Amino acid sequence: MSYVIEAIDLRKQFRDFVAVDSISFHVQPGECFGLLGPNGAGKTSTIRMVYGFSPMTTGILRVFGLDIATHWRAIRTRIGVCQQDNNLDPDLTVVKNLEVFASYFDIPARAARQKAHELLQFISLDHRAQTKIPELSGGMMRRLVLARALINDPELLVLDEPTTGLDPQTRHQVWEKVEHLRSRGLSVLLTTHYMDEATRLCDRLVIMDQGKILVEGKPADLIERHAGRYVIEVDKPDAELRTFIRSHDLHHDDLAHRIIIYDSVSEQLFHTLSSSYCSGNCMLRMATLEDVFLRLTGRELRD
Amino acid sequence: MSRWPSFHITRRFLRVWQRDLVVYQKIWKVNLLTPVFEPLLYLLAFGVGLGGLVGKIFYQQREVPYIEFIAPALLAVNIMYNAFFENTYASFVRMYYQKTFDAMLATPLSLEEVIAGEILWGATKAVIATVIMQAVISLFGLIHYPHGLLIIPVAFLGGLTFGALGMFCTGLTPSIDMFNLPIFLLITPMFLFGGTFFPIDHLPAWARKLSLLFPLTHLVDCIRQLSFGLIQPGILWNLAVLTILFVVFFPLALITMHRRLIR
Repeated sequence: MSYVIEAIDLRKQFRDFVAVDSISFHVQPGECFGLLGPNGAGKTSTIRMVYGFSPMTTGILRVFGLDIATHWRAIRTRIGVCQQDNNLDPDLTVVKNLEVFASYFDIPARAARQKAHELLQFISLDHRAQTKIPELSGGMMRRLVLARALINDPELLVLDEPTTGLDPQTRHQVWEKVEHLRSRGLSVLLTTHYMDEATRLCDRLVIMDQGKILVEGKPADLIERHAGRYVIEVDKPDAELRTFIRSHDLHHDDLAHRIIIYDSVSEQLFHTLSSSYCSGNCMLRMATLEDVFLRLTGRELRD
Repeated sequence: MSRWPSFHITRRFLRVWQRDLVVYQKIWKVNLLTPVFEPLLYLLAFGVGLGGLVGKIFYQQREVPYIEFIAPALLAVNIMYNAFFENTYASFVRMYYQKTFDAMLATPLSLEEVIAGEILWGATKAVIATVIMQAVISLFGLIHYPHGLLIIPVAFLGGLTFGALGMFCTGLTPSIDMFNLPIFLLITPMFLFGGTFFPIDHLPAWARKLSLLFPLTHLVDCIRQLSFGLIQPGILWNLAVLTILFVVFFPLALITMHRRLIR
């Protein structure tokens, strides 16, 4: 079994700041692998090493079985990258953005024109081929960045926060496009702040914090393991409820004005709570990846 | 991408040059305006206005009209401005604001190839501007042919030298406003004291020696000889200095840009 990406003890250090602290992970062919974590967790640093933008400090990093340090050029011809910034070329039109980008891959002009045409259809921007970049909406730009990353028919797509700042319509459209690409066998490496995005797109993911991997697994397994199936949220809890929670040793987060109870929550418990302690201000819901994320990385702001 | 700059540059760097050319072609009419009209303004101000006061000037033991003396300097200054400004302000905008280089670095291009392509483009723009300006100046009979045709390859060499110097500044500058510094310390003194508007013999000895370190002094000297059709052995020295400065500043530009962008 050969991996698409194989990272062993990957480390990135800037002077005395360790951005990525000896992490190991692998991505299998056809898989969508997610890197999650708060700001400054080391996601983008990791991704930049994967596509050979920034050199690693120590460790082993192979993409398509090739060493990134020595074969970065061969690797980059086979991957497509959506960077975090919308770095489309504002001096060029929509279609020229794709054609000129194709030239960086040494794709002949005629093939590039054909490919650009197909991709504009794929992202439903064919009617805007001659538009200048600054005239596009944020969603259109993001779709074009995605199309541009596909110009070389990559085997691996690297998406660094692909839907940040987009409206729900565009987000769903981007997800559909990514799912469509995956059905054609494309492997995907994704970073995101959106847990619903990770749950929907990722086969497996890691949650990182301060340069380290905290957990790894399938989204559903991680939810089951770290937050249970159901969660009870109680608004403005009183002292009695707190005593009850403590005496029953329930896993919970106390946010002062709100208590969240995790793990092994049964409907029975919910009925007990809602009838005796918190009628009207408690809620039973499915546990989500966001619960897992917040439990593992904490609720403090990271800037 | 390695931690150290690589001096291995493949033919792919021409793609970066091509990208700049595609953008240039889109606004070629505006791009033509400056080299067509700027020399006319200069020739009017210095040739007719100042030239009326100065009259004739001694150049290579000959009396020449002032306007004929400064015409080649205008070409040289034009080369300096085109290449230097392209690889400072314009390259900085592409690098910092438009993140064009970042996008290129997700493709099989190396940073060194991006920078080489940018400098080649700076030199190309200098050549295009020279050809246009030279055509305008030639209409006034101020350039001797066929020698004058050699100005074009010299413009390319000068463009490479000033482009590499500009890119070196781009690698070091903390912000776009700070380009004022190299302009104040290098470009303006060269413009004024590089043998452009008066022969450097008129400078005190120490200043003359300093002036001989300027690439512009050598570019002006070179183009003036070609434009007068009076080529002297010293022209080889001029060309050698320009080449040496390019050979020094090109790797320095690669090193500073690498340090700036590869993290």
